[in-house]
Amino acid sequence: MTDASLPASSDAPHRASLMQADARTQKRKAAEKRFRMYGIAGIATGIFFLIVLLVSIVSSGMGAFQQTFINVPVFLDPAKLDKNGNRDIEDIKKVSTFGYNPLIQDAVLQQIEQADIDTPLTKRKDMKALISASAAAQVRDTVIANPDLIGETVTFRILAASRVDGYLKDRVKREDVERDKNIDAAHLDIVDALVPLGVIQKTFNLAFITGADASESRAESAGIGVAMIGSLFMMLVVLVLALPIGVAASIYLEEFAPKNRWTDLIEVNIANLAAVPSIVFGILGLAVFIQFMHLPQSAPLVGGLVLTLMTLPTIIISTRASLKAVPPSIRDAALGVGASKMQSVFHHVLPLAAPGILTGTIIGLAQALGETAPLLLIGMVGFIASNAPDGIASGLLDPNSAMPAQIYEWAKRADPAYYERAWGGIIILLGFLISMNTLAVILRRRFERRW
Amino acid sequence: MPVLWLSLIVVAISIVMFVSGRQRALRASGGDSRALHSLPNYYGTNALMKAIVPAFGVMILWLLAQPLILQNSVSGMIPDSMLTEGSTMGLVMSEVRRTADGLDNAVAAGFISAGDAASAGADPTTISNMLRDAGQVVTSDISQPILNAAQAYREMSATSSSLMTIVVLLLALAGGAWGTMQSGTEFRARNVVERGVLTILIAAASVAILTTIGIILSLIFNTVEFFRLYPAIDFFTLLEWSPSFSGRGGTSSLGILPLLWGTIYISIVALFVAVPVGLFSAIYLSEYATPRVRGIAKPLLEILAGIPTIVYGLFALLTIGPLLVSVFGEDGTGWMGGGRSVMTAGIAMGIMLIPFVSSLSDDIINAVPQSLRDGSYAIGATRSETIKQVVLPAALPGIVGAVLLAASRAIGETMIVVLGAGAAARLSLNPFEAMTTVTAKIVSQLTGDSDFASPEALVAFALGISLFVLTLGLNVFALYIVRKYREQYE
Repeated sequence: MTDASLPASSDAPHRASLMQADARTQKRKAAEKRFRMYGIAGIATGIFFLIVLLVSIVSSGMGAFQQTFINVPVFLDPAKLDKNGNRDIEDIKKVSTFGYNPLIQDAVLQQIEQADIDTPLTKRKDMKALISASAAAQVRDTVIANPDLIGETVTFRILAASRVDGYLKDRVKREDVERDKNIDAAHLDIVDALVPLGVIQKTFNLAFITGADASESRAESAGIGVAMIGSLFMMLVVLVLALPIGVAASIYLEEFAPKNRWTDLIEVNIANLAAVPSIVFGILGLAVFIQFMHLPQSAPLVGGLVLTLMTLPTIIISTRASLKAVPPSIRDAALGVGASKMQSVFHHVLPLAAPGILTGTIIGLAQALGETAPLLLIGMVGFIASNAPDGIASGLLDPNSAMPAQIYEWAKRADPAYYERAWGGIIILLGFLISMNTLAVILRRRFERRW
Repeated sequence: MPVLWLSLIVVAISIVMFVSGRQRALRASGGDSRALHSLPNYYGTNALMKAIVPAFGVMILWLLAQPLILQNSVSGMIPDSMLTEGSTMGLVMSEVRRTADGLDNAVAAGFISAGDAASAGADPTTISNMLRDAGQVVTSDISQPILNAAQAYREMSATSSSLMTIVVLLLALAGGAWGTMQSGTEFRARNVVERGVLTILIAAASVAILTTIGIILSLIFNTVEFFRLYPAIDFFTLLEWSPSFSGRGGTSSLGILPLLWGTIYISIVALFVAVPVGLFSAIYLSEYATPRVRGIAKPLLEILAGIPTIVYGLFALLTIGPLLVSVFGEDGTGWMGGGRSVMTAGIAMGIMLIPFVSSLSDDIINAVPQSLRDGSYAIGATRSETIKQVVLPAALPGIVGAVLLAASRAIGETMIVVLGAGAAARLSLNPFEAMTTVTAKIVSQLTGDSDFASPEALVAFALGISLFVLTLGLNVFALYIVRKYREQYE
């Protein structure tokens, strides 16, 4: 017990001062610092990726919310649009969009002449490259809705062609135009001259948010509105099915289930389902709902059913957690004053757990809203979702797309103008997800009870 | 009668039964609810349940079974001669169904009279012309047997529907009446109702099992069908993936190995990105970070987990791909041909997995008891030495489990590889080359126009079952490792 009295062993390092770190201590301190830096580097990398992701989403996608329009007074020539001159709506309807194209092209040409632009393009046909293919349909719809306009000169705000739009957004460069057979440098000169005059204008594009998808060659008129309605109907199906089934399943497992094999089997199943790749749920939907039950392909109802099965584990897990958080004293008190087990759960435990359940459900819905893979297999891509449904039944059963599926569809198309739409769609999708998650966080903060 | 109206009527009947069951109980007690065994509403609910549950149960079963039974009886009317010309029963039956639906719609829209549509002597060509006039989609001219089958189909489904309406309404009325009759002072309504509710809860909990059974059955049936058309040994051993587009098999080589290689290669790249970043973040967050830093950095990282995979797919395709091409492409080192490659998809997937690895590891590191750290500090170890030599070894099984779970996520990921990895199946070591994965091929084989009976489409189910088994196996293995090697602290 008297080691302290022993003389210090001779090979112990001689230390001048405690204040000065020796080589070994310095090395250890350096290692400590290095290790700490690795940690910071890890977090910094993660956050860096997040920032790059968000910046590239916003910078590539904001363009989709702006669109180039041409303001032109179009003379609705009665000689072309209403040959019989009797303003019969059936006769007017017979004039197809081909009949309207020359009128619009003339109108644009007139603008160029008025502005006194020096250009080799002096023919009516040359104007085609400036105007969107959907402009004629826009004018035609206006005329059919209001036949009295025929014979007058009406100012229209028509969509410019996708290349013109791309030129104003720096997507189409002058040096690329040489190889492009859709547009010439001379067209771009016209655009440059018309922009200061206010004839060609880049403004906020509401049609992108509310409109329908368009065919491959008309990127400028494609919108995500119809797909949004498809997503909405799917979320309705998920909410109506997944919430009650999930809550009922959780109540059973948490409050009533005896410890037996059946319960174990259910628990293992739920844990495994949460880890099954989403594409497998798509295969399930295809085989069971479409091949076996013959539900209509591409219908939001089927999409909603598949997403319900996918979200159930998430909802069950979070509901069980919030049921578990209700202290047993609540149940005991209810049982103590004579309530049955069922009454104690439904009258006391469930209301107290409701905020937690709601939060979990919103998060589950947000997850379902962004899911794409299963929707590909049940056919919610590959066609043009052009019509908004007109009622609940058609909303559930008519072919439609969904927001993420629409984004995927755009990403697949060859025209780079669609990439901008895809990023724009992602901004809208993320907008929905962020608001849902914020709502969940607010609900949790507002109603969370600590026992 | 449409199902919607039928359901509404059943609901209305049960509401009436609720009221009458409750009234009857109150009357039996002479208006004094204290004389009853249960609260009056339980008597009503008892009647309501007895009206609604059997009626809806029968309706759902009927709706599920009807197409199967109809199909079986109608398929007998199709002569064998129609099945030989490169056609299958499934195709013919879908044409029959289409014709029958077309007839229904045309009758509903008033283009064809109900008598014409059902008459046995109707001429197939006139009918198909009439259908076309009515705007119904008819693929080709309807042949006589198909028209007859479609007419029989319509007739039987009409009979079956009206039969269903009668049975369901009778059941609702009878059940409700039975429930109402039970109401009396001695009847233990609450116990009966609670037993019923419990059954509903059990049924809801069993949906999870039904889903699993559904997944397994739909995979197995179609896979068996696939192996009947295509040798299983080729599927598992061929080193080539080149489906023919004719859709008749024969010339297709459908080997899973190139796809598996692509899947595993991309997952490895993803893990190389995600594991170091995620693990070091977790270590820093749980061991070094002040609560303030943790409160900011952890949610920020977790945003990455909430972003839908389609976003990562687009990010890979349009941002990472071009970036990699500018460095490794023809202008740079020349290793990369196009924007789609193993690296493109792998990096995007790695970013997606960072929060997955970091939050799982964070939980595990936090679960290591503080006493271990204190002991290590007490004998003079620095923080990093404590982490490296005490905390990490203790947390290792959990971390391995987390990495395996992340790997299973990576293997099952679809959208990133569909957009970022390419479409050509290749067995190559160059990470800058385009490869494809199991999930990407499931999508491409099932979203084309090929019919479901061809081996080119059915192979997707065989791929699906391989994927299911692979991810499930990894998950089970991860849990096993965590359980087996977990250090037990009190």
